[in-house]
Amino acid sequence: MLLIACPYCGERPELEFVYGGEAHIARPAAEADLTAGQWAAFLYARTNDRGVHAERWRHTHGCGRFFNALRDTTTDQFIAIYKAGEARPPAVAAPEKP
Amino acid sequence: MQLFSALALIKEGLSGQRGWQAQWRSPEPKSSYDAVIIGGGGHGLGTAYYLASEHRLTRVAVLEKGWIGGGNTGRNTTIIRSNYLFDESAALYDHALKLWEDLARSLNYNVMFSPRGVMMLAHSVHDEQIIKRHVHANRCNGVDNEWLTPQEAKVFCPALNIEPNIRYPVLGAALQRRGGTARHDAVAWGYARAADSLGVDIIENCEVKGINRGADGSVESLQTNRGLIRTPKIGVCAAGNTSVIMNKVGVRLPLESFPLQALVSEPLKPILPCVVMSNGIHAYVSQSDKGELVIGAGTDAYTSYTQRGALHVNTHTLEAICELFPAFRRLQMLRNWGGIVDVTPDRSPIIAKTGIPGLYVNCGWGTGGFKATPGSAHVFAWTIAKDEPHPINAPFTIERFRDGHLIDEAAAAAVAH
Repeated sequence: MLLIACPYCGERPELEFVYGGEAHIARPAAEADLTAGQWAAFLYARTNDRGVHAERWRHTHGCGRFFNALRDTTTDQFIAIYKAGEARPPAVAAPEKP
Repeated sequence: MQLFSALALIKEGLSGQRGWQAQWRSPEPKSSYDAVIIGGGGHGLGTAYYLASEHRLTRVAVLEKGWIGGGNTGRNTTIIRSNYLFDESAALYDHALKLWEDLARSLNYNVMFSPRGVMMLAHSVHDEQIIKRHVHANRCNGVDNEWLTPQEAKVFCPALNIEPNIRYPVLGAALQRRGGTARHDAVAWGYARAADSLGVDIIENCEVKGINRGADGSVESLQTNRGLIRTPKIGVCAAGNTSVIMNKVGVRLPLESFPLQALVSEPLKPILPCVVMSNGIHAYVSQSDKGELVIGAGTDAYTSYTQRGALHVNTHTLEAICELFPAFRRLQMLRNWGGIVDVTPDRSPIIAKTGIPGLYVNCGWGTGGFKATPGSAHVFAWTIAKDEPHPINAPFTIERFRDGHLIDEAAAAAVAH
């Protein structure tokens, strides 16, 4: 089970969280002008990275707030955790566990 | 190819088993092929076999970055059924089931297909309604499925607990008698051997690093860790790693890759004569010929390529199984593992041409691809050979997500399946 450091509550077990999928997918402006293909890209297409992945989590059974994280999908180690609305931090190697 | 038969077994038994040959070659990659399949699992090997056997394409290679059958083909719980709700799915999965029924003979390889019956349990009025709807839809599509009362379910599977005083009592079950299990490794090996005998090169430890395209945009060659391979046609059968391959040519697919876990118990005497599934409380269990209970757990919540997962996912399914089968409570679990499954938003696969000429993709099987192996491979080979989909896989396009023609088995089953 992952240990996830909620930026508001600190480190908690994964069971308290709900995964929110890929982060930084902005709902397009000027919706009325979008083609079906643009809608499909927004709704369904995903990067699905092997490596550093920016993703959303929600601390459902805690503060209830959304935040973002960078996680390496080849090791499941978190690299960075940041608040919703903040820019994606530069990807650096995951910190060594003590 | 050295044919397997009772006579061959007796002959080898009397001569010290020294006459068996390797079942397939380990060739060096050639500089060019008519078609290249990326991914040496059941779907990829099967595709190569049908390209060679039905479409006379024999200059075919299967590239596998690890060893054949080492991904999800070797990691699944081997359940085979075709009782899907929608017409498109029923046609696809029943096509596969019909091929399973004759697969051992057509490959001359014992894939141990065992149509022992797949029973899906209902635990609530809602389960009962949706499962009965499945039964009726299946029968309209010519797919066998029948409704059993709890007592009838208990007769078919005596170990099942049908007491009304448990948290999720069994209110009935759907039974597809033609469903069952097969030996997963044998499926990969059987297809590999049959394809190899038709001239297909199976190249292990060969990882695709890039795909080169010509001036007109069509595929031209593959960069691999074993050199450049020229080919006009590429079929991607890379399961959980499909996005990794497709990202190399800038194609974003509606896929997310999740770990799906499974586990086996210590072996025990025959107790479970069929496959028992419960979508409602998330239990999937059958008994292997070695006696182990083979148990399918759920997917983890987050995308990952780690081929493992968290223990609480397994605990969840074991709680359900212990309630359905109180006799299993003292069993010890021997091994657990994960595979990486590529999941589409509607939980139906994509078997289609891409926007790039010469590039075809067979992916999105999610948590239930093994059962479809022969059918998937058969229609994908058709799609590659003829550059157009077989009528059965014609609805399973990438464009359905743009056009709104989803085949929403996710909603139909209400869980990953």
